[in-house]
Amino acid sequence: MSLWVDRFRPKTLDDLHYHHDLSTRLKALAASEDFPHMLFYGPSGAGKKTRINCTLRQLFGTGVEKLKIDQRVFVSPSRRKLEINLVQSSYHIEITPSEAGSYDRVVVQDLLKEIAQTQQVDLGAKHRFKVVVINEADFLSRDAQAALRRTMEKYMSNMRIILCANSTSRLIAPIRSRCLLVRVAAPTAQEIQAVVEHVARKMKFDVPPEASLQIAEDAAGNMRKALLVFEALKMQSPDLSGPLRIAKPDWETYCHKVAELIVQEQSPARVMEVRAKFYELLSHCIPPTVILKTVAEKVAERVDEALKADVMHWAAFYELRMRLGSKKIYHLEAWVVKVMCLYKHFTYNFDMSEFD
Amino acid sequence: MAFFQPQAKTVPKHTVDPVLQPWIEKYRPKTIDDVSAQEHTVTVLRKALLSTNLPHMLFYGPPGTGKTSTILALARQLFGPDNFRNRVLELNASDERGISVVREKIKTFARQTPRAQAANSDGKSYPCPPYKIIILDEADSMTQDAQGALRRIMETYARITRFCLVCNYVTRIIEPLASRCSKFRFTPLDPLSTSSRLTHIAAAEHVEVTPEVVTTLIDASNGDLRRSITYLQSASRLSSSADPPTPITPRDIQEIAGVVPTTVVNDLARTLGLDVSSDMIVDAVTPKRRGFDAIQKKVKEVIREGYSVAQLLSQLHDLIIHHQMLPARQKATCALVIAEADKALCDGADEELWLLEVAMQTYKALSR
Ligand SMILES: Nc1ncnc2c1ncn2[C@@H]1O[C@H](COP(=O)(O)OP(=O)(O)OP(=O)(O)O)[C@@H](O)[C@H]1O
Ligand SMILES: [Mg+2]
Repeated sequence: MSLWVDRFRPKTLDDLHYHHDLSTRLKALAASEDFPHMLFYGPSGAGKKTRINCTLRQLFGTGVEKLKIDQRVFVSPSRRKLEINLVQSSYHIEITPSEAGSYDRVVVQDLLKEIAQTQQVDLGAKHRFKVVVINEADFLSRDAQAALRRTMEKYMSNMRIILCANSTSRLIAPIRSRCLLVRVAAPTAQEIQAVVEHVARKMKFDVPPEASLQIAEDAAGNMRKALLVFEALKMQSPDLSGPLRIAKPDWETYCHKVAELIVQEQSPARVMEVRAKFYELLSHCIPPTVILKTVAEKVAERVDEALKADVMHWAAFYELRMRLGSKKIYHLEAWVVKVMCLYKHFTYNFDMSEFD
Repeated sequence: MAFFQPQAKTVPKHTVDPVLQPWIEKYRPKTIDDVSAQEHTVTVLRKALLSTNLPHMLFYGPPGTGKTSTILALARQLFGPDNFRNRVLELNASDERGISVVREKIKTFARQTPRAQAANSDGKSYPCPPYKIIILDEADSMTQDAQGALRRIMETYARITRFCLVCNYVTRIIEPLASRCSKFRFTPLDPLSTSSRLTHIAAAEHVEVTPEVVTTLIDASNGDLRRSITYLQSASRLSSSADPPTPITPRDIQEIAGVVPTTVVNDLARTLGLDVSSDMIVDAVTPKRRGFDAIQKKVKEVIREGYSVAQLLSQLHDLIIHHQMLPARQKATCALVIAEADKALCDGADEELWLLEVAMQTYKALSR
């Protein structure tokens, strides 16, 4: 039995629960052969992927749900072999070029040309073009993005591209210029609550409104999270009564502990301790940006008003360094030292102005 | 793998009904005289077309200003459709263009003696001068090495091969190459040219557009004609499929273009302690001091809505810079912070962290 998130995932644009205006717009666009290239963007868990799938279904009908998963091997100019997963139907193909790391350009160059130069095999297809969905488009390297540019223009008669990204700022202007931008906002607490209640109705049980509201608020706009938590809670206490205890994910609790350590004591020994914890988190594949943000926000919560802005300022500063540099741990650690320093000086009343 | 069946040879290549083509391709300039604005470039190229003598060229400028269109149109006017194939080599960033390709593919093409003119099947006559053109589109993504390898080729075969380099950032082209070329700067389209091109397309497509809609299109696209055409087409598709069809409104365009609603920007600005005119009276009565928590909350709210932070910052920037009451010093501080954030975002930094950073710094600057 699949998880509720998957089982109750809407399949058509009409089934989508929120952003009805957007659904109507997508429907109108999908009706025509002059469908543009698109860039869906918005926070994670807002339902971008679901919406893209619904749009594909609107474009081509139920055929897009017959999926095959293949592995393809690409060879980089330096003769390295790269394996990439392709999810495809007869009408579309879905790729995550970031799987190929810095060789994503090769994937984009080879695969897209290949697709562009083949034609729709199903003569009864509703559209002459095929669609290529590119996941995590904001992680495409500059080279890969550059490789997309002319391809998007040259092969427009038999291919359309749908990019899916969290933010648009990492995409180069020429790519943005070639797409219709589609913003998918996170659902509000009320909208999430409605979906939670809808799922409960489908499963034929009642959920107390306090419970659904609490789940919705805790999810902070992340639909996926809300449904996962909802299912877990239902397993724990079938009647969902009383105040719910929504467990935080382990990594989050762990990050909070790290924040605690930083505020408690500022010493070289403590830095080493924190460093070990960072390694632990990184080895569990928690993205370094998420680690830094979670810890920083917790530290900011715990310190004096006068320090809060600085804590976050240095988080922004070192997060950028982390992107540009290659060893994440250096920058995480640098931030810790910086914050400890600030904290210590603040509590012992040193004048910090010359350290800015 | 049904998806990858090669295209059957007999299928004609462009069977797409032009009615259904995206307008950006449908209205791509066919001749250099179709190119809007860029007067200087067009004048020089028109002369070159008459004398059929062409220097090496370097086109540069922001996206959607007509660079690719111009060189393709020029090449087509020089050689005609039948000779285009063997006289023009177009390579762009989607082609492998490492140093080995430069040494082999480009060099091989460059050294070939141009073939004799083939008969023109369309009955027209073309100048078809005795040289070939190599178009290196999106040349700013070529490596320094590859560019370096081009230097000799450009010189050695200059008599029979002309190069046209096209890029967004002229500084990414190495100086020895750039200095061998006549440079043509493509500027963002001025409002007048954009407006006339859009009206032309709208008329050809039988779409009603009000002057307000055109103004909104111009504002939202920053001189990028490609973008404004895409917006116009999407808006017209949406409005004509409404039941009953509705006219296109400026608000539709803003929504499509991802412009952040004024209320959202003003709301954020107010949280940062900026007097926003419409609510001045309310603010004057209760000059509430908001702290870190309130600002952080607001930032999270905005991020959840998914607005592009770069877009939001540019609108916040305009609001601050054009503010009637703010002293210049505070404006300058804010502008600096926003500039810093813009750079960080271009480098791929986290949007939420930097919006918060801008928010806090602005708040500090304003409460001094
Ligand atoms: N000056 C112009 N006159 C007429 N149409 C234009 C002009 N500039 C852009 N366009 C329109 O925009 C589309 C894209 O233009 P083009 O491909 O020439 O841009 P570009 O300058 O090469 O951009 P990029 O830097 O993104 O490659 C064209 O198909 C055309 O419809
Ligand atoms: Mg171009």
